[in-house]
Amino acid sequence: MKTTLDKLSPGETGIIDQFTDLELSLKLLEMGCTPGEEVMVIRKAPLGDPIAIQVSDYLLSMRKSEASTVIILSGKSGN
Amino acid sequence: MGLEELKKVVILGNPNAGKSSLFNALTGLNQRIGNFPGVTVEKKTGRFKDAQNKQYELTDLPGTYSLFPKSLDEELAAGVITDPSSPDYPWLTLVVADASNLKRSLFLCTQVIDLKIPVILCLNMMDLAERNRISIDVAGLSQRLGVPVIPTNAREGKGIEQLIEAISKHTPPSAQSTVDIEKIENKAIQDIRRVLKVNCDFASFIVANNLQNISFFQHNREKKEEIMRILELNNFDRKKLQALESIERYRSLSYLLAPVISRIPSGTSRTYKADHILTHKLWGFLIFLAVLFAVFQSIFAFAEWPMNLIENAFVYAGEQLSYRLPQGMLNDLLVNGVIAGLSGIVVFVPQLILMFAFIAMLEDTGYMARVSFIMDKLMRPFGLNGRSIIPLISGVACAVPAIMGSRTISHAKERLITLLVTPLMSCSARIPVYTLLVSLMVPSGARIGIFNLQGLLLMGFYVAGFVAALFLALVLKFVLHSTEKSYFVMELPVYRSPRWNNIGITVLGKVKVFLFDAGKVILGISIVLWFLSSYSLPGRMDAIEKKYIPHMQDPTAKDFSAWQTAMASEKLENSFAGILGKSIEPLIKPLGFDWKIGIALITSFAAREVFVGTMATIYSAEEDENHLTLKEKLRAQTNPENGKPTYSLAVCFSLMIFYAFSLQCMSTLAVVKNETGGFRWPVLQFFIMGIMAYASSFAAYQLLS
Repeated sequence: MKTTLDKLSPGETGIIDQFTDLELSLKLLEMGCTPGEEVMVIRKAPLGDPIAIQVSDYLLSMRKSEASTVIILSGKSGN
Repeated sequence: MGLEELKKVVILGNPNAGKSSLFNALTGLNQRIGNFPGVTVEKKTGRFKDAQNKQYELTDLPGTYSLFPKSLDEELAAGVITDPSSPDYPWLTLVVADASNLKRSLFLCTQVIDLKIPVILCLNMMDLAERNRISIDVAGLSQRLGVPVIPTNAREGKGIEQLIEAISKHTPPSAQSTVDIEKIENKAIQDIRRVLKVNCDFASFIVANNLQNISFFQHNREKKEEIMRILELNNFDRKKLQALESIERYRSLSYLLAPVISRIPSGTSRTYKADHILTHKLWGFLIFLAVLFAVFQSIFAFAEWPMNLIENAFVYAGEQLSYRLPQGMLNDLLVNGVIAGLSGIVVFVPQLILMFAFIAMLEDTGYMARVSFIMDKLMRPFGLNGRSIIPLISGVACAVPAIMGSRTISHAKERLITLLVTPLMSCSARIPVYTLLVSLMVPSGARIGIFNLQGLLLMGFYVAGFVAALFLALVLKFVLHSTEKSYFVMELPVYRSPRWNNIGITVLGKVKVFLFDAGKVILGISIVLWFLSSYSLPGRMDAIEKKYIPHMQDPTAKDFSAWQTAMASEKLENSFAGILGKSIEPLIKPLGFDWKIGIALITSFAAREVFVGTMATIYSAEEDENHLTLKEKLRAQTNPENGKPTYSLAVCFSLMIFYAFSLQCMSTLAVVKNETGGFRWPVLQFFIMGIMAYASSFAAYQLLS
C-alpha cells in the first residue's frame, strides 16, 4: 500500500519508495533517506507539526509539508 | 632557516559530529574567530605543532552533510576543499565522522575521498557508538576507504596524539573511489576534466554541480563560462544527476560497511526517553518556559552587580584621570569621550558572557534543536525559525547579546529577520525612561481593581514591543527575497552533557569579537556625541562661562552647585547637540515634543537611558537617586501658549511610544553591522524603526491631545 510519510502515526514504519519534489529530495537523500530505506515516525511536535522520524539509526525532524513529498511503501504498525 | 610556509589543514564534518571539540583539542586557546571574506560566515582558525615542532594552520569549516551545498555556510565549506585557487585550499583534510552515525558521516567523507585529495578520517564519538552496542573494525574500514582512520574522543582528548602523528606523515590520496561517476554521467565530465586540467571525474562532477553558486570560480570567469557552455551543450541535468549520485553513494556505502560494522539491537535509547518529556505537549512547553525564564532572569539579574562594578570602576578611573591631568580639551576628551565610551562597551561583557554560555550550553546538549522542534509551528507564520525565540525573548534584557546569539540560526533570511526585529523588544535600557514617564502619567498607587495602574501600563509597553517585533517580522518575510530554500529537514542530535571547556572557549571568542570589532564603532560614536554635546560655535561657551564663573567663585555665594547646574544646562542648550535639538523642533512638534525633548532625543541616540540624565541637565534638576526633583520640575512645566502642563498625558504617552520603537542604541547598531557585514542593514534598521516610532507617536499624540 502506498501512502506519504506525513500520513504515518507515531510508531508506524514504512519503506521509502520515491519523492515528489526533486529539489527537496536532494536534501532528504543526503540525510540518508534513500529509496529502500526503512523509516519510523517516532513522534510529532506538541502542536502536531513538525514530525521526528528515525532513519538509519538517528532522529530526523521535518515539517509535515516536507514529509508529504515522500512516498512510502506498506505502512505497517510497529510497537 | 627560511620562513617555512604553514601547512594548511582543514576540519570538515557533519554538524554535531564533534568538529569544534576536535578543533579545540588540537589548538587549545591558540585560535581566533573571524569571517570568511565578504560574508558573515564564521571562520575559526588556529595553530598547532607536531612532535617535530612543525607548525600547522587549522581551519574549522562550517558543518555540512555533503559537497552539494544547500546554504551559504555549506557553500563555503564545499568551496574551500574543491577549489584549488581558494586561499584556504588545504594541504590535508580532516573529516570528522560520528561513529554512532557512521553511514551518514561517511556519505560526506567518501565524497571528499573521491576528490582525490589527502584525507584523514577521525572517527569521533566512539564512546557513544559503544554505548549503542555498535562495533567498528577500524583497520578494515581504513583499508576499504584507502585513508588513515583514527579513533578519537575529542571531549576527553583521546587519540589526539595519534592524529597529530598521522597528520605529520601526510598520506597520499586514496586510490579507491566509492562512486564511479562514469556510470552516472560521462560526456560532459570528460570535457570539463580537459578544461580544468584535472584527472579526477568526481572533482569535475562537483564543479559542474556547484558552478551556479556565486562563490565558485569567482576568479576565473573564462573557465566558468566555458564549463557553463559544456553543461548546456550536454543538457547536464544538475538536480537529477545529484539525486542519482546520492542514491548510488548510499548503495555503495551499504556494501562497504557491511563487513566492518556490526550492531546488536539495543533498547530505546536515552535520547528517545528524554525527548518523550522534553517535547511533551505539556512538559515540553513548561520546561522550555523554565529554560527561558532562567536565561532571561540571569541576564537581567545576575549581570547587574558586575555591571555596576564595571561602571563604578570606569567612573573612578575617569575621576582620577580628570584630577591628575591638566584641565583642558584633552582631559575632557579622555574622561567624557574615551573613558565614557569604553565604559559603555565593557559594561556589556557580563551580559554577553551569560548569554553566550547559555546558548552554547543549549546547543551543546542538543536541546536547542528541540526548541526549534516544538516552537517551529508558532514561529513559522512570521518568517522566523524556532531558534529565533531565544534571541527574541532575551532581547527583553538586552538586544546586544540577543543579536550576537542569533548566529545559531543557519538560514540566512530567518537569521536576518530575527536580528532586525529583536531591538523592538523592550530592553532594560528603556526602563529608566519608562519609569520616569509612567510616573508622570499615572499617580503612584492608582489601581484598577487589584492591579497597579503603573505596572499595567508598563506591561502594556512590553507587550507592544513584542507585537511590533512580530509585525515587523511578518512584513520583512514578504519584503525580503531569499534564494536559499527554507528547510526544516534537520537532525535531532542525541543528548550529551555540555563540554564546559568548549563552552568556555566559545564564550571567550565571542566576547573578544564584541570588544574589538563592535567596540570600535561604539567608541567612535561616543566620541562624536561627546563632541556634539560639549562644543559649540566659537565664542558661545566662553560667553556662558564668563557669565557664571564670577558667581561660582564668589566666596559669599551660598549655592555653588545651583550655579554649576544652571551653567551645565545653558551650555548644553548652546552646544551643537542643543542647536540640533532646536532645529529639529518643527519635525517633532507633531509628536508633541519641544526642542528640549529634541536635545534629549539627540543625546540619547547612543543609549536610551541617557534621556533621563539629559532631561535633568536641561531642567537644571539636582541629581538625586529617584529623580524626584526632575519629576517635580517636569510636572510643573506649563505650555506658555495655553497654560496647560507641558508633560501632559498625550506628550508622555507619545514619548514612551517613541522610545519603545526607535533604535536609539549605538551598541545594537554596532553589533548588527558586525553580524551582517556592513552598514547597509543597521542603517536600514535605524530608519525602519525610526519611521515606526515617528508614525506611532504621531498617531498617539494626535488622538490623545
